[in-house]
Amino acid sequence: MMIEKTLLRVIAKLLIPLILLFALYVQFHGDFGPGGGFQAGVIFAVAFILYALIFGVRVARQVIPASVSRTLLSLGVLLFGGTGVWSMLAGGEFLNYNVLASTPLAGQHLGIYVIEFGVGMTVAGAMITIFYTFSGHVNAELPFRKDRMKDGDA
Amino acid sequence: MAATAYWLVRLRNLFAVVMLSGIYSLFAAALYLVMDAVDVAFTEAAVGAGISTVLMLGTLAMTTDKEKVHKGPSALALLLVIATGGVLVYGTFDMPRYGDPNAPIHQHVANRYIEKSGDEVGPPNIVTSVLASYRGFDTLGETAVVFTAAIGVLVIIGRSSGSAMPSSNTARRRENDDDVDEGRAP
Repeated sequence: MMIEKTLLRVIAKLLIPLILLFALYVQFHGDFGPGGGFQAGVIFAVAFILYALIFGVRVARQVIPASVSRTLLSLGVLLFGGTGVWSMLAGGEFLNYNVLASTPLAGQHLGIYVIEFGVGMTVAGAMITIFYTFSGHVNAELPFRKDRMKDGDA
Repeated sequence: MAATAYWLVRLRNLFAVVMLSGIYSLFAAALYLVMDAVDVAFTEAAVGAGISTVLMLGTLAMTTDKEKVHKGPSALALLLVIATGGVLVYGTFDMPRYGDPNAPIHQHVANRYIEKSGDEVGPPNIVTSVLASYRGFDTLGETAVVFTAAIGVLVIIGRSSGSAMPSSNTARRRENDDDVDEGRAP
């Protein structure tokens, strides 16, 4: 998957920080503008997948190892569910953010902030994990591809 | 969009089909934007046109980029498609006109969201307050679905680390064993 195109590399290097910044903006500004955790997670993963496509999956795996993306994946769900348990411990119902802070509005804001972050983590982790899984198979099975195609034809 | 959909069906080169489906998603995103559903348009552009195109290309690299040509059209399939399409079109006759303020969907909880979410939840983006607060359970479920999907991919086509191959090899061996067992049984 390594590409030796200078133009692609330069443009990607320019674009990737901007895409990451935009992902963070969508993540933490989702209460005020369009977007939220899901979109932010996808955009973050897209920036990373672009990096992997241009600079090679091997380099990308050094930046974010597969274990990290899997941890992100599960940590996001835990964070979301944990917020629910937290609100129960604070004396409310499951996922009732009113009790998380001194005033209901502040509690709602904090709760939404945390769970959107959890959603973003899970989505980004899931997308990167799925991409890794696919690319791992592509690299590993490419030498056998022609043989398999012959089998299919025959 | 109709032209894109037509060529999606006609083309046999799956690489072009994947590219066209990305373009189709982009058109769909523009359509959502026209209908003022900014959040949905956002998601469609990022997921439909972005990630799924890359994943489909990955799938093509794993399999092949030529569609197998089947023999002539099947009358039963055509009948089924026409019947299903007819039922769907018949269903739209019952739907209220687009943007009709008296439609049931605008009479139920939507008014409360619009009038009170600012006082009850806070964020000016009502979509966020509905998704994250009023429908927090749904969103938790969706997150769990995304989680399950990733786990499913990991389980089915192997771990993404270097040890990917041994696990799938054992799976293949197991399949072979099953075949042998079935062969012996009768």
